[in-house]
Amino acid sequence: MIDFSEEQIKRYSRHILLKDVGVEGQEKIMGAKVLVVGAGGLGAPVSLYLAAAGVGTIGVVDADVVDLSNLQRQVIHFTKDVGVRKVESAKEKIIAINPEVKVNTYYEFLDSSNALDIIKEYDFVIDGTDNFPVKFLINDACVMAGKPFSHGGILRFTGQTFTHLPGTACYRCMFKEPPPPGAVPTCSQAGVLGAIAGMLGTIQAAETLKYFTGVGELLTNSLLMFDAKTMDFRKIKVQPRKNCELCGEHPTIDHLIDYEQAACDLKK
Amino acid sequence: MAKIFVNGDAQEVVLPLNVSQLIAQNDVAQPEMVAVQVNEQFADHDEWDNIFLNEGDKVDFLYFMGGGAA
Repeated sequence: MIDFSEEQIKRYSRHILLKDVGVEGQEKIMGAKVLVVGAGGLGAPVSLYLAAAGVGTIGVVDADVVDLSNLQRQVIHFTKDVGVRKVESAKEKIIAINPEVKVNTYYEFLDSSNALDIIKEYDFVIDGTDNFPVKFLINDACVMAGKPFSHGGILRFTGQTFTHLPGTACYRCMFKEPPPPGAVPTCSQAGVLGAIAGMLGTIQAAETLKYFTGVGELLTNSLLMFDAKTMDFRKIKVQPRKNCELCGEHPTIDHLIDYEQAACDLKK
Repeated sequence: MAKIFVNGDAQEVVLPLNVSQLIAQNDVAQPEMVAVQVNEQFADHDEWDNIFLNEGDKVDFLYFMGGGAA
């Protein structure tokens, strides 16, 4: 049992007031270790809200530096940060919001050589990446390591997300393998309304906090999709696929795969 | 005519109708990139021609959405 300081009780009072969270829930949040892969459109709101919530340890993975074109939606990075490593820019804001958070930065691409090593240090993983090869890599690594994660994708005016816990449907249950490079546009190619990143990222942050506090029902075995043009939100049920190549009855994928990326994604 | 539900919306269709035909009727862009659920079960691409729809069936098209960071 953590002995909350007066300052902590004040800082987290709106959580503690919630009957479903309370002191116990806040303590769980403060003991949580979350890995955020991608300090971009989704990683920005996720990291900000998790920091504000008092998540004990936040790991941030990103091999990019802040670009002027990021600022339209990546709200953790400021104009002064253009040219700065995204992980360092993110760390600065996380600590500015909440100095109690321990931040680990990984200025590197997540790939088959480092994914399992990095993920194993954390209790929950956020997919805030912008490309399919890494989305599949996160899915595969988390399923293999038995780690829960939140998947997120945004494009133009739409977003979709689900939460995976061991035994529930994985990304490969829905989509067997990444689309061929360039076949499906990403945000850097097709554009995205900036606030969509916030809408989806805050859903991912809420799922993370629900996971640690045990509140409510997670987006497991379901896929939440929304279209901001109409503000239609739709949640469909998704069952784990018995013949899933990764988590099914006779899995055939037994190692992490580095899929080829679209050339325009690599340049960024 | 039969009523089925495509992405949650009711649709009047003429039976017999298989999944491939439904996809064509709905002008689904890049059908090879779409994952299909029929009554909450995933339908393999190579089964689309063999899965015939019935009154009241629920069909969902799932699309890749890849953005997030950059």
